[in-house]
Amino acid sequence: MTLTLWYALTGVALLVVGVYGLVSRVHVLRQIMAVNIVGAGVFLVLVAGAHRRPSGAIDPVPHAMVLTGIVVAVSATAVALAFARRLRADADERTDGAAREDEARAG
Amino acid sequence: MARRERTRPVPADAPWIVWTVVLPLLAAPVAFVLGRRGLAPFAAASSLGVAASVAALAWQVAAQGVQRHRLGGWGAPLGIELHADGLSVLMLVMTAVTGVVVSLHAHGTFGLGGHETREPSGRARFWPLWLFLWGGLNAVFLSADLFNLFVSLELVTLSAVALVALAATRVAVAAALQYLLAAMLGSLLYLLGVALVYATEGTLSLDELARGAPHASVAPPALALLTIGLALKTALFPLHFWLPPAHANAPTPVSALLSGLVVKASFYVLWRLWFQAFPGVAPFEASMLLAVLGTGAIVWGSVQALQATRLKSLVAYSTVAQLGYLFLVFPLVGGPGGLAAWQACAVFAVSHAFAKAAFFMAAGNIRLAAGHDRIADLDGIGARLPRSFFAVGLASVALMGLPPSGTFVAKWMMMRAALESGQAWLMVVMLLGGLFSAGYCFRVLARAFTPPTDTPLQPVPGSLDAAALALAVIALATGLFVAPALDLLAIGAPDVAGLGQDGPR
Repeated sequence: MTLTLWYALTGVALLVVGVYGLVSRVHVLRQIMAVNIVGAGVFLVLVAGAHRRPSGAIDPVPHAMVLTGIVVAVSATAVALAFARRLRADADERTDGAAREDEARAG
Repeated sequence: MARRERTRPVPADAPWIVWTVVLPLLAAPVAFVLGRRGLAPFAAASSLGVAASVAALAWQVAAQGVQRHRLGGWGAPLGIELHADGLSVLMLVMTAVTGVVVSLHAHGTFGLGGHETREPSGRARFWPLWLFLWGGLNAVFLSADLFNLFVSLELVTLSAVALVALAATRVAVAAALQYLLAAMLGSLLYLLGVALVYATEGTLSLDELARGAPHASVAPPALALLTIGLALKTALFPLHFWLPPAHANAPTPVSALLSGLVVKASFYVLWRLWFQAFPGVAPFEASMLLAVLGTGAIVWGSVQALQATRLKSLVAYSTVAQLGYLFLVFPLVGGPGGLAAWQACAVFAVSHAFAKAAFFMAAGNIRLAAGHDRIADLDGIGARLPRSFFAVGLASVALMGLPPSGTFVAKWMMMRAALESGQAWLMVVMLLGGLFSAGYCFRVLARAFTPPTDTPLQPVPGSLDAAALALAVIALATGLFVAPALDLLAIGAPDVAGLGQDGPR
């Protein structure tokens, strides 16, 4: 039980770190990573909860939940990264345009 | 497991509950691979097909009572159980009616090619995402356990976020990203709550949770986590920051779907958890806190709507405000008149969905015609776009809560419950909120009476006006159908009357 508790507490600690990162960081990539840290924390708590039968047998339901949760987190992260890339490409386009205007003005 | 199989046999003639979820989920990938030519008829056929299966399920529930189905014969805890009672069916009908009308609007909008979306492929991408969203919403309303609710909510979130990004402007993509991050955090907090519930209760099924006595030390913090996660997804003040940019910058049909339906999905889950799965777990103070935040939402959302410079921002902030009403009901359910408050909340959710979706479509039509939606520059728009503007007027009447709209009946029921349970301050908040919404609606309506300018207007296709008008009329008429809605809600309704802090569980 104590080991389970340790896992759960570590998970909660990760969650806190992630939430702090999400609200304190402005950079998109760091925010996406922060959400994934929150996810890791939650999944750790879930897996720790699988070790709950007195016989020592592992409860499969939390494992199924964590697997699904990981799939969801991966998909959401992929979408978030796609948006971040799109925003970055737009920003690059804009700076390129500004740079070209500067060159034109200088020339 | 075997015992439950016998006591709750799956009726052989009941495939509709499955089709309601499976049909849109099957149609979505087909719409994705379908060529441009076949897309419109296919989209129309699948929209009507989903609506028809919802109608059949509604008939089944009305005739035979609560419907249950375990997919593939696998029961809880690993299988997926679907469950349809009156509340589920009402939400499904809300989604289907709004969905069909908005589909008509979307057909017109995305058929224009380039007015609403910078990308020509906007139309081809809209249909698969919207069908996924529809399937996800239906799955939320029919899921019978905490984890399937999580998965369904994620399906809703991911498709909703992608739909926002269809606008393809930089602002819209940034808003979609912010929405996605907020929603991800919300669902992870929800999942942590699920983990706590499963670790202590050993079950995820809403029915079993309702039957068992909740673990006194863990259930309140678990419910708190579930509530915070869902409040973030429902955009409850002060967690609403992501909603106005996302809803205001999405393509118009998407704004209508998001403001009308998507926020209701996470609220519906919260509603089920508080009053069905964990009745009496939350202390009265917690429900009071939700009501206070709801009051904050009404005041803050209205003040922002009163100051908004753009029409679609105004409508988006109005959503923040109107969502506040849904949270005012929490301290009322469980008191005297609690059942009426519980019913009123459902009626309010439905009529707000119609009114808000109609308002967004009409606002989008005005933006399409004028080429912008700056309220200050819309002088004389009432005379120049009479049909769209009439839809704005009708939707405004429903939002303000004037008869015969469903909002009027819902607010009236809520106010009566507030008086009966001796919480008159809630009634004051509701009246104040009505005045506020009149204030921001009249900001728009006043534009009908200013002298028209002669800036050129783009023509608005008839189907766009028809969609906005049709839904606005439906929103206004919901008040006339409250009695059958209440009959429907009674099917499988939880016994909320005895939930009070003083009453027995």
